[in-house]
Amino acid sequence: MLEIDVKKKLRDFDLELSIKISRGEILMLVGDNGCGKTTLLNMIAGLIEPDSGMIGLDGRPLFDSSIKIDIAPERRRIGYVFQSYALFPHMSVYENVAFGLRTRNLSNREIELLVRDHLADAGLWEIRNARAMKISGGQKQRVALARALIIEPDILLLDEPLSSLDIRKQAEMRRELREKLRSYAVPSIMVTHDLRDVASIGDRACLMERGKIALEGRVEDVMSWASVHSEIEGEDSGSLMR
Amino acid sequence: MREIALKAAIALVICLTMAFIALPIASLFLKNSPDAVLRSMNDPAVKDALRLSLTTSTLTTLIVILMGTPVAYVNARFSYFGKEMVDSLIDLPVIMPPAVAGIALLMAFGRMGIVGQHLNALGFSIAFTTLAVIFAQVFVSSPFYIRQARTSFEDVDLSFENAARTLGASRIYAFFHVTLPMAMNGLISGAIMAFARSLGEFGATIMFAGNFQGRTQTMPLAIYTTMQGDLDVALCLALILVAISFLIIALVKNLTRRMYKNVRN
Repeated sequence: MLEIDVKKKLRDFDLELSIKISRGEILMLVGDNGCGKTTLLNMIAGLIEPDSGMIGLDGRPLFDSSIKIDIAPERRRIGYVFQSYALFPHMSVYENVAFGLRTRNLSNREIELLVRDHLADAGLWEIRNARAMKISGGQKQRVALARALIIEPDILLLDEPLSSLDIRKQAEMRRELREKLRSYAVPSIMVTHDLRDVASIGDRACLMERGKIALEGRVEDVMSWASVHSEIEGEDSGSLMR
Repeated sequence: MREIALKAAIALVICLTMAFIALPIASLFLKNSPDAVLRSMNDPAVKDALRLSLTTSTLTTLIVILMGTPVAYVNARFSYFGKEMVDSLIDLPVIMPPAVAGIALLMAFGRMGIVGQHLNALGFSIAFTTLAVIFAQVFVSSPFYIRQARTSFEDVDLSFENAARTLGASRIYAFFHVTLPMAMNGLISGAIMAFARSLGEFGATIMFAGNFQGRTQTMPLAIYTTMQGDLDVALCLALILVAISFLIIALVKNLTRRMYKNVRN
Protein backbone atom coordinates (compact mmCIF):
# COMPACT_ATOMS: atom_id res chain seq x y z
CA MET A 1 0.00 0.00 0.00
CA LEU A 2 1.33 3.42 -1.01
CA GLU A 3 0.27 6.13 1.43
CA ILE A 4 0.68 9.80 0.62
CA ASP A 5 -0.17 12.66 2.95
CA VAL A 6 1.81 15.74 1.96
CA LYS A 7 1.78 19.53 1.93
CA LYS A 8 3.85 21.84 -0.23
CA LYS A 9 3.61 25.54 -0.86
CA LEU A 10 3.67 26.15 -4.59
CA ARG A 11 3.88 29.51 -6.35
CA ASP A 12 0.13 30.03 -6.85
CA PHE A 13 -1.45 27.71 -4.27
CA ASP A 14 -0.76 25.15 -1.55
CA LEU A 15 -0.61 21.53 -2.60
CA GLU A 16 -2.26 19.50 0.13
CA LEU A 17 -3.47 15.97 -0.41
CA SER A 18 -3.87 12.54 1.03
CA ILE A 19 -4.13 9.39 -1.10
CA LYS A 20 -3.80 5.65 -0.55
CA ILE A 21 -3.13 3.23 -3.39
CA SER A 22 -3.18 -0.54 -2.99
CA ARG A 23 -0.75 -2.98 -4.59
CA GLY A 24 -1.73 -3.68 -8.17
CA GLU A 25 -4.10 -0.72 -8.28
CA ILE A 26 -3.85 1.85 -11.09
CA LEU A 27 -4.80 5.35 -9.99
CA MET A 28 -5.49 7.86 -12.76
CA LEU A 29 -4.68 11.45 -11.88
CA VAL A 30 -6.49 14.08 -13.93
CA GLY A 31 -6.67 17.84 -13.67
CA ASP A 32 -5.85 21.12 -15.37
CA ASN A 33 -2.31 22.03 -16.37
CA GLY A 34 -0.36 23.34 -13.39
CA CYS A 35 -2.70 21.85 -10.75
CA GLY A 36 0.18 19.91 -9.17
CA LYS A 37 -0.06 16.46 -10.78
CA THR A 38 3.57 16.24 -11.93
CA THR A 39 4.72 17.86 -8.68
CA LEU A 40 2.99 15.04 -6.80
CA LEU A 41 4.73 12.40 -8.93
CA ASN A 42 8.07 14.14 -8.38
CA MET A 43 7.47 14.20 -4.63
CA ILE A 44 6.77 10.46 -4.63
CA ALA A 45 9.92 9.89 -6.69
CA GLY A 46 11.97 12.01 -4.28
CA LEU A 47 12.82 14.64 -6.89
CA ILE A 48 10.92 17.37 -5.01
CA GLU A 49 10.81 17.55 -1.23
CA PRO A 50 7.39 18.18 0.37
CA ASP A 51 7.26 20.87 3.06
CA SER A 52 5.67 18.42 5.47
CA GLY A 53 3.85 15.12 5.68
CA MET A 54 4.73 11.55 4.82
CA ILE A 55 5.03 9.18 1.89
CA GLY A 56 5.20 5.52 2.82
CA LEU A 57 5.15 2.18 1.07
CA ASP A 58 3.95 -0.88 2.99
CA GLY A 59 4.72 0.87 6.26
CA ARG A 60 8.24 1.83 5.16
CA PRO A 61 8.69 5.62 5.09
CA LEU A 62 10.13 7.14 1.91
CA PHE A 63 9.60 10.60 3.30
CA ASP A 64 8.50 11.63 6.77
CA SER A 65 8.99 15.20 7.93
CA SER A 66 8.18 14.34 11.56
CA ILE A 67 11.17 11.98 11.86
CA LYS A 68 13.25 13.77 9.18
CA ILE A 69 13.43 10.89 6.72
CA ASP A 70 13.89 11.66 3.04
CA ILE A 71 15.11 8.67 1.06
CA ALA A 72 17.13 9.69 -2.02
CA PRO A 73 15.42 9.05 -5.40
CA GLU A 74 17.99 6.40 -6.35
CA ARG A 75 17.09 4.34 -3.28
CA ARG A 76 13.29 4.50 -3.63
CA ARG A 77 12.93 1.81 -6.35
CA ILE A 78 10.50 3.81 -8.40
CA GLY A 79 9.77 3.26 -12.07
CA TYR A 80 9.06 6.64 -13.60
CA VAL A 81 7.98 7.21 -17.21
CA PHE A 82 8.49 10.92 -17.82
CA GLN A 83 6.20 12.98 -20.03
CA SER A 84 8.91 13.50 -22.65
CA TYR A 85 10.21 9.96 -21.89
CA ALA A 86 13.66 11.44 -21.04
CA LEU A 87 15.44 8.71 -22.98
CA PHE A 88 19.17 9.37 -22.95
CA PRO A 89 19.87 10.56 -26.51
CA HIS A 90 23.55 9.62 -26.46
CA MET A 91 22.74 5.98 -25.72
CA SER A 92 21.26 3.16 -27.75
CA VAL A 93 17.89 1.61 -26.95
CA TYR A 94 19.78 -1.27 -25.30
CA GLU A 95 21.89 1.03 -23.12
CA ASN A 96 18.83 3.07 -22.09
CA VAL A 97 17.09 -0.04 -20.82
CA ALA A 98 20.29 -1.39 -19.25
CA PHE A 99 21.01 1.89 -17.42
CA GLY A 100 19.11 1.05 -14.24
CA LEU A 101 20.82 -2.35 -14.04
CA ARG A 102 24.29 -0.86 -14.50
CA THR A 103 23.70 1.42 -11.50
CA ARG A 104 23.05 -1.77 -9.51
CA ASN A 105 26.42 -3.25 -10.50
CA LEU A 106 24.97 -6.35 -12.13
CA SER A 107 27.30 -8.41 -14.33
CA ASN A 108 27.18 -7.89 -18.10
CA ARG A 109 25.77 -11.40 -18.51
CA GLU A 110 22.89 -10.73 -16.10
CA ILE A 111 22.24 -7.36 -17.73
CA GLU A 112 22.14 -8.89 -21.19
CA LEU A 113 19.67 -11.59 -20.16
CA LEU A 114 17.32 -9.12 -18.49
CA VAL A 115 17.53 -6.50 -21.22
CA ARG A 116 16.98 -9.12 -23.92
CA ASP A 117 13.86 -10.35 -22.08
CA HIS A 118 12.38 -6.89 -21.68
CA LEU A 119 13.23 -5.67 -25.18
CA ALA A 120 11.93 -8.85 -26.81
CA ASP A 121 8.75 -8.63 -24.73
CA ALA A 122 8.21 -5.05 -25.92
CA GLY A 123 9.06 -5.94 -29.53
CA LEU A 124 12.18 -3.77 -29.44
CA TRP A 125 15.02 -6.30 -29.71
CA GLU A 126 15.46 -5.63 -33.43
CA ILE A 127 16.11 -1.93 -32.80
CA ARG A 128 18.32 -2.44 -29.74
CA ASN A 129 21.30 -0.71 -31.37
CA ALA A 130 19.37 2.32 -32.63
CA ARG A 131 19.98 5.65 -30.96
CA ALA A 132 17.11 6.53 -28.63
CA MET A 133 16.47 9.82 -30.43
CA LYS A 134 16.15 8.11 -33.83
CA ILE A 135 13.16 5.86 -33.04
CA SER A 136 9.42 6.57 -33.42
CA GLY A 137 7.16 7.98 -30.68
CA GLY A 138 5.52 4.62 -29.98
CA GLN A 139 8.91 2.91 -29.73
CA LYS A 140 10.14 5.63 -27.39
CA GLN A 141 7.15 5.04 -25.15
CA ARG A 142 7.88 1.30 -25.07
CA VAL A 143 11.58 1.87 -24.33
CA ALA A 144 10.72 4.28 -21.50
CA LEU A 145 8.33 1.75 -20.01
CA ALA A 146 10.81 -1.13 -20.38
CA ARG A 147 13.50 1.02 -18.76
CA ALA A 148 11.20 1.80 -15.83
CA LEU A 149 10.03 -1.81 -15.39
CA ILE A 150 13.37 -3.60 -15.69
CA ILE A 151 14.48 -2.36 -12.27
CA GLU A 152 11.48 -4.18 -10.73
CA PRO A 153 10.10 -1.04 -9.13
CA ASP A 154 7.99 -0.95 -5.99
CA ILE A 155 5.91 1.94 -7.40
CA LEU A 156 5.15 2.96 -10.99
CA LEU A 157 4.67 6.58 -11.99
CA LEU A 158 3.62 7.56 -15.51
CA ASP A 159 3.36 11.20 -16.54
CA GLU A 160 1.15 11.50 -19.64
CA PRO A 161 2.91 8.59 -21.34
CA LEU A 162 0.59 8.64 -24.36
CA SER A 163 0.31 12.39 -24.93
CA SER A 164 2.95 12.60 -27.66
CA LEU A 165 1.49 9.77 -29.75
CA ASP A 166 -1.01 10.12 -32.57
CA ILE A 167 -4.63 9.04 -31.93
CA ARG A 168 -4.34 5.62 -33.60
CA LYS A 169 -1.13 4.80 -31.76
CA GLN A 170 -2.68 5.96 -28.48
CA ALA A 171 -5.49 3.39 -28.75
CA GLU A 172 -2.98 0.60 -29.40
CA MET A 173 -0.67 1.71 -26.61
CA ARG A 174 -3.55 1.99 -24.12
CA ARG A 175 -4.22 -1.71 -24.46
CA GLU A 176 -0.54 -2.55 -24.14
CA LEU A 177 -0.07 -0.26 -21.17
CA ARG A 178 -3.08 -1.63 -19.35
CA GLU A 179 -1.79 -5.22 -19.76
CA LYS A 180 1.71 -4.26 -18.67
CA LEU A 181 0.57 -2.39 -15.57
CA ARG A 182 -1.80 -5.23 -14.67
CA SER A 183 1.05 -7.75 -14.79
CA TYR A 184 3.07 -5.77 -12.21
CA ALA A 185 1.43 -5.96 -8.81
CA VAL A 186 2.65 -2.57 -7.63
CA PRO A 187 0.81 0.68 -6.93
CA SER A 188 0.71 2.72 -10.16
CA ILE A 189 -0.17 6.35 -10.69
CA MET A 190 -0.74 7.68 -14.18
CA VAL A 191 -1.21 11.35 -14.96
CA THR A 192 -3.35 12.08 -17.99
CA HIS A 193 -5.49 14.73 -19.60
CA ASP A 194 -7.38 12.22 -21.66
CA LEU A 195 -10.52 10.59 -20.27
CA ARG A 196 -10.09 7.72 -22.75
CA ASP A 197 -6.95 6.81 -20.79
CA VAL A 198 -8.94 6.99 -17.55
CA ALA A 199 -11.67 4.76 -18.94
CA SER A 200 -9.47 2.09 -20.45
CA ILE A 201 -6.50 1.92 -18.07
CA GLY A 202 -7.46 3.03 -14.55
CA ASP A 203 -9.04 1.29 -11.58
CA ARG A 204 -9.66 4.49 -9.68
CA ALA A 205 -9.40 8.18 -10.57
CA CYS A 206 -8.61 11.40 -8.77
CA LEU A 207 -9.47 14.81 -10.10
CA MET A 208 -7.03 17.46 -8.87
CA GLU A 209 -7.74 21.18 -8.67
CA ARG A 210 -5.18 23.69 -7.49
CA GLY A 211 -3.24 21.19 -5.40
CA LYS A 212 -6.24 19.48 -3.79
CA ILE A 213 -8.25 16.40 -4.63
CA ALA A 214 -11.59 17.70 -5.87
CA LEU A 215 -13.06 14.33 -6.68
CA GLU A 216 -11.93 10.81 -5.96
CA GLY A 217 -13.63 7.56 -6.77
CA ARG A 218 -14.21 4.78 -9.19
CA VAL A 219 -13.34 5.51 -12.79
CA GLU A 220 -17.05 5.45 -13.75
CA ASP A 221 -17.89 8.14 -11.15
CA VAL A 222 -15.18 10.50 -12.37
CA MET A 223 -16.12 9.77 -15.97
CA SER A 224 -19.74 10.58 -15.30
CA TRP A 225 -18.76 13.83 -13.58
CA ALA A 226 -16.58 14.66 -16.57
CA SER A 227 -19.41 14.03 -19.05
CA VAL A 228 -21.65 16.46 -17.17
CA HIS A 229 -18.76 18.92 -17.03
CA SER A 230 -18.15 18.59 -20.78
CA GLU A 231 -21.81 19.23 -21.55
CA ILE A 232 -21.79 22.36 -19.40
CA GLU A 233 -18.48 23.61 -20.81
CA GLY A 234 -19.08 22.37 -24.34
CA GLU A 235 -15.66 20.72 -24.51
CA ASP A 236 -14.39 17.63 -26.29
CA SER A 237 -15.22 14.81 -23.90
CA GLY A 238 -12.05 12.96 -24.90
CA SER A 239 -9.60 15.48 -23.53
CA LEU A 240 -11.16 17.68 -20.95
CA MET A 241 -8.44 18.66 -18.62
CA ARG A 242 -6.10 20.78 -20.73
CA MET B 1 16.42 50.01 -59.36
CA ARG B 2 16.60 51.10 -55.71
CA GLU B 3 16.63 47.47 -54.67
CA ILE B 4 19.61 46.74 -56.94
CA ALA B 5 21.47 49.74 -55.54
CA LEU B 6 20.75 48.56 -51.98
CA LYS B 7 22.00 45.06 -52.77
CA ALA B 8 25.14 46.49 -54.38
CA ALA B 9 25.79 48.68 -51.32
CA ILE B 10 25.39 45.70 -48.98
CA ALA B 11 27.71 43.61 -51.16
CA LEU B 12 30.29 46.42 -51.11
CA VAL B 13 30.17 46.67 -47.29
CA ILE B 14 30.60 42.90 -46.99
CA CYS B 15 33.55 42.94 -49.42
CA LEU B 16 35.24 45.83 -47.60
CA THR B 17 34.81 44.13 -44.21
CA MET B 18 36.17 40.84 -45.55
CA ALA B 19 39.10 42.64 -47.20
CA PHE B 20 39.90 44.48 -43.96
CA ILE B 21 40.13 41.18 -42.07
CA ALA B 22 41.66 39.04 -44.83
CA LEU B 23 44.29 41.49 -46.07
CA PRO B 24 46.53 41.49 -42.96
CA ILE B 25 46.30 37.69 -42.72
CA ALA B 26 47.07 37.28 -46.43
CA SER B 27 49.98 39.69 -46.05
CA LEU B 28 51.58 37.36 -43.52
CA PHE B 29 51.74 34.71 -46.23
CA LEU B 30 52.59 37.09 -49.08
CA LYS B 31 55.44 38.81 -47.25
CA ASN B 32 56.99 35.51 -46.32
CA SER B 33 58.86 33.00 -48.45
CA PRO B 34 58.42 29.27 -47.66
CA ASP B 35 62.23 28.91 -47.50
CA ALA B 36 62.53 31.61 -44.86
CA VAL B 37 59.70 30.07 -42.85
CA LEU B 38 61.30 26.62 -42.93
CA ARG B 39 64.69 28.09 -41.98
CA SER B 40 63.15 30.00 -39.10
CA MET B 41 61.46 26.86 -37.82
CA ASN B 42 64.91 25.74 -36.64
CA ASP B 43 65.55 28.97 -34.76
CA PRO B 44 65.89 28.21 -31.01
CA ALA B 45 63.56 31.11 -30.17
CA VAL B 46 60.80 29.57 -32.34
CA LYS B 47 61.34 26.05 -30.98
CA ASP B 48 61.40 27.22 -27.36
CA ALA B 49 58.36 29.46 -27.78
CA LEU B 50 56.37 26.78 -29.59
CA ARG B 51 57.21 24.14 -26.97
CA LEU B 52 56.48 26.49 -24.06
CA SER B 53 53.24 27.80 -25.55
CA LEU B 54 51.86 24.35 -26.33
CA THR B 55 52.89 22.97 -22.93
CA THR B 56 51.55 25.84 -20.85
CA SER B 57 48.37 26.20 -22.89
CA THR B 58 47.65 22.47 -22.58
CA LEU B 59 48.25 22.51 -18.82
CA THR B 60 46.17 25.67 -18.49
CA THR B 61 43.30 24.06 -20.38
CA LEU B 62 43.42 20.99 -18.13
CA ILE B 63 43.41 23.18 -15.00
CA VAL B 64 40.55 25.29 -16.35
CA ILE B 65 38.52 22.15 -17.13
CA LEU B 66 39.14 20.67 -13.67
CA MET B 67 38.37 23.91 -11.84
CA GLY B 68 35.72 25.26 -14.18
CA THR B 69 33.50 22.22 -14.73
CA PRO B 70 32.17 21.98 -11.15
CA VAL B 71 31.68 25.76 -11.00
CA ALA B 72 29.82 25.78 -14.32
CA TYR B 73 27.62 22.84 -13.31
CA VAL B 74 26.71 24.29 -9.92
CA ASN B 75 25.89 27.66 -11.50
CA ALA B 76 23.80 25.97 -14.19
CA ARG B 77 21.77 23.81 -11.81
CA PHE B 78 21.53 25.47 -8.40
CA SER B 79 20.54 28.79 -6.89
CA TYR B 80 22.56 30.05 -3.94
CA PHE B 81 23.31 33.26 -2.13
CA GLY B 82 25.84 35.35 -4.06
CA LYS B 83 25.47 33.47 -7.36
CA GLU B 84 25.15 36.72 -9.34
CA MET B 85 28.38 37.97 -7.83
CA VAL B 86 30.18 34.72 -8.59
CA ASP B 87 28.95 34.95 -12.19
CA SER B 88 30.19 38.53 -12.54
CA LEU B 89 33.54 37.62 -11.02
CA ILE B 90 33.96 34.73 -13.47
CA ASP B 91 33.28 37.07 -16.40
CA LEU B 92 35.53 39.89 -15.13
CA PRO B 93 38.81 38.72 -16.75
CA VAL B 94 37.13 38.88 -20.18
CA ILE B 95 36.52 42.62 -19.84
CA MET B 96 39.60 43.43 -17.78
CA PRO B 97 42.57 44.75 -19.84
CA PRO B 98 45.34 42.09 -19.84
CA ALA B 99 47.85 44.55 -18.38
CA VAL B 100 45.50 45.07 -15.41
CA ALA B 101 45.22 41.29 -15.04
CA GLY B 102 49.04 41.11 -15.00
CA ILE B 103 49.46 43.73 -12.31
CA ALA B 104 46.61 42.19 -10.29
CA LEU B 105 48.36 38.82 -10.39
CA LEU B 106 51.61 40.50 -9.31
CA MET B 107 49.84 42.13 -6.37
CA ALA B 108 48.43 38.76 -5.34
CA PHE B 109 51.22 36.30 -6.13
CA GLY B 110 54.30 38.53 -6.73
CA ARG B 111 57.19 38.52 -4.27
CA MET B 112 55.54 41.32 -2.27
CA GLY B 113 51.99 40.23 -3.06
CA ILE B 114 49.29 39.32 -0.56
CA VAL B 115 49.81 35.58 -1.00
CA GLY B 116 53.21 35.77 -2.69
CA GLN B 117 55.03 37.25 0.34
CA HIS B 118 54.08 34.22 2.45
CA LEU B 119 55.07 31.82 -0.32
CA ASN B 120 58.31 33.73 -0.71
CA ALA B 121 59.02 33.33 3.02
CA LEU B 122 58.65 29.58 2.48
CA GLY B 123 61.17 29.81 -0.37
CA PHE B 124 58.56 29.42 -3.10
CA SER B 125 58.27 32.00 -5.84
CA ILE B 126 55.66 32.16 -8.59
CA ALA B 127 56.24 35.45 -10.42
CA PHE B 128 58.60 35.33 -13.43
CA THR B 129 58.52 31.52 -13.63
CA THR B 130 56.77 29.13 -16.04
CA LEU B 131 54.14 28.66 -13.33
CA ALA B 132 53.40 32.38 -13.60
CA VAL B 133 52.71 31.91 -17.32
CA ILE B 134 50.14 29.24 -16.42
CA PHE B 135 48.63 31.46 -13.68
CA ALA B 136 48.22 34.32 -16.18
CA GLN B 137 46.72 32.01 -18.80
CA VAL B 138 44.28 30.40 -16.34
CA PHE B 139 43.20 33.85 -15.14
CA VAL B 140 42.37 35.17 -18.61
CA SER B 141 41.09 32.00 -20.26
CA SER B 142 38.88 30.41 -17.57
CA PRO B 143 35.79 32.56 -18.36
CA PHE B 144 35.77 31.27 -21.94
CA TYR B 145 35.41 27.70 -20.72
CA ILE B 146 33.16 28.32 -17.73
CA ARG B 147 30.63 30.38 -19.69
CA GLN B 148 30.41 27.81 -22.48
CA ALA B 149 30.26 24.91 -20.02
CA ARG B 150 27.46 26.55 -18.05
CA THR B 151 25.38 27.06 -21.20
CA SER B 152 26.01 23.45 -22.22
CA PHE B 153 24.88 22.13 -18.83
CA GLU B 154 21.79 24.37 -18.93
CA ASP B 155 20.92 22.89 -22.33
CA VAL B 156 20.73 19.41 -20.81
CA ASP B 157 17.13 19.15 -19.60
CA LEU B 158 16.87 18.33 -15.91
CA SER B 159 14.46 15.48 -16.70
CA PHE B 160 17.40 13.39 -18.01
CA GLU B 161 19.18 13.67 -14.66
CA ASN B 162 15.92 13.01 -12.83
CA ALA B 163 15.32 9.91 -14.94
CA ALA B 164 18.82 8.68 -14.12
CA ARG B 165 18.23 9.27 -10.40
CA THR B 166 14.98 7.29 -10.37
CA LEU B 167 16.81 4.47 -12.17
CA GLY B 168 19.23 4.18 -9.27
CA ALA B 169 22.01 6.62 -10.22
CA SER B 170 23.55 8.81 -7.53
CA ARG B 171 24.05 12.49 -8.38
CA ILE B 172 27.67 11.81 -9.31
CA TYR B 173 26.84 8.74 -11.42
CA ALA B 174 24.10 10.71 -13.21
CA PHE B 175 26.53 13.56 -13.82
CA PHE B 176 29.26 11.39 -15.34
CA HIS B 177 27.01 9.04 -17.33
CA VAL B 178 24.21 11.36 -18.46
CA THR B 179 24.86 15.09 -18.06
CA LEU B 180 28.54 15.15 -18.97
CA PRO B 181 28.24 13.10 -22.20
CA MET B 182 25.23 15.17 -23.27
CA ALA B 183 27.10 18.43 -22.65
CA MET B 184 30.39 17.11 -24.04
CA ASN B 185 30.40 18.91 -27.42
CA GLY B 186 29.88 22.25 -25.69
CA LEU B 187 32.54 21.50 -23.09
CA ILE B 188 35.08 20.58 -25.77
CA SER B 189 34.19 23.72 -27.67
CA GLY B 190 34.72 25.80 -24.49
CA ALA B 191 38.01 24.05 -23.77
CA ILE B 192 39.24 24.81 -27.30
CA MET B 193 38.33 28.48 -26.86
CA ALA B 194 40.19 28.55 -23.53
CA PHE B 195 43.20 26.88 -25.19
CA ALA B 196 43.12 29.48 -27.98
CA ARG B 197 42.92 32.35 -25.50
CA SER B 198 45.86 30.89 -23.54
CA LEU B 199 47.91 30.53 -26.68
CA GLY B 200 47.36 34.18 -27.60
CA GLU B 201 47.85 35.59 -24.10
CA PHE B 202 50.38 38.45 -24.01
CA GLY B 203 49.71 41.34 -21.62
CA ALA B 204 49.21 39.51 -18.33
CA THR B 205 52.05 37.10 -19.12
CA ILE B 206 54.67 39.76 -19.87
CA MET B 207 53.77 41.67 -16.70
CA PHE B 208 53.52 38.72 -14.32
CA ALA B 209 55.90 36.19 -15.85
CA GLY B 210 58.37 38.37 -17.75
CA ASN B 211 59.92 37.53 -21.10
CA PHE B 212 62.65 34.90 -20.66
CA GLN B 213 63.33 32.60 -23.59
CA GLY B 214 62.63 28.95 -22.81
CA ARG B 215 61.06 29.81 -19.44
CA THR B 216 58.32 32.39 -19.88
CA GLN B 217 58.63 33.54 -23.49
CA THR B 218 55.50 32.18 -25.14
CA MET B 219 54.80 32.60 -28.87
CA PRO B 220 53.16 36.06 -28.71
CA LEU B 221 56.03 37.30 -26.54
CA ALA B 222 58.55 35.73 -28.92
CA ILE B 223 56.91 37.52 -31.87
CA TYR B 224 57.18 40.82 -30.00
CA THR B 225 60.85 40.16 -29.15
CA THR B 226 62.08 38.74 -32.48
CA MET B 227 60.40 41.32 -34.71
CA GLN B 228 62.84 43.86 -33.32
CA GLY B 229 65.71 41.77 -34.74
CA ASP B 230 64.77 39.01 -37.20
CA LEU B 231 61.41 39.62 -38.90
CA ASP B 232 61.47 36.17 -40.57
CA VAL B 233 61.37 34.48 -37.18
CA ALA B 234 58.49 36.71 -36.06
CA LEU B 235 56.60 35.97 -39.28
CA CYS B 236 57.22 32.24 -38.90
CA LEU B 237 55.75 32.32 -35.38
CA ALA B 238 52.84 34.41 -36.61
CA LEU B 239 52.10 31.90 -39.37
CA ILE B 240 52.09 29.03 -36.89
CA LEU B 241 49.62 30.93 -34.70
CA VAL B 242 47.41 31.72 -37.71
CA ALA B 243 47.40 28.04 -38.71
CA ILE B 244 46.43 27.02 -35.17
CA SER B 245 43.71 29.71 -35.12
CA PHE B 246 42.19 28.38 -38.36
CA LEU B 247 42.23 24.86 -36.96
CA ILE B 248 40.55 26.03 -33.76
CA ILE B 249 37.82 27.92 -35.62
CA ALA B 250 37.10 24.86 -37.77
CA LEU B 251 36.93 22.61 -34.70
CA VAL B 252 34.70 24.94 -32.71
CA LYS B 253 32.34 25.49 -35.65
CA ASN B 254 32.04 21.77 -36.21
CA LEU B 255 31.38 21.07 -32.54
CA THR B 256 28.91 23.93 -32.20
CA ARG B 257 26.97 22.64 -35.19
CA ARG B 258 26.81 19.17 -33.66
CA MET B 259 25.86 20.62 -30.27
CA TYR B 260 22.86 22.53 -31.68
CA LYS B 261 21.85 19.47 -33.66
CA ASN B 262 21.78 17.47 -30.42
CA VAL B 263 19.83 20.19 -28.59
CA ARG B 264 17.27 20.33 -31.43
CA ASN B 265 16.84 16.56 -31.23
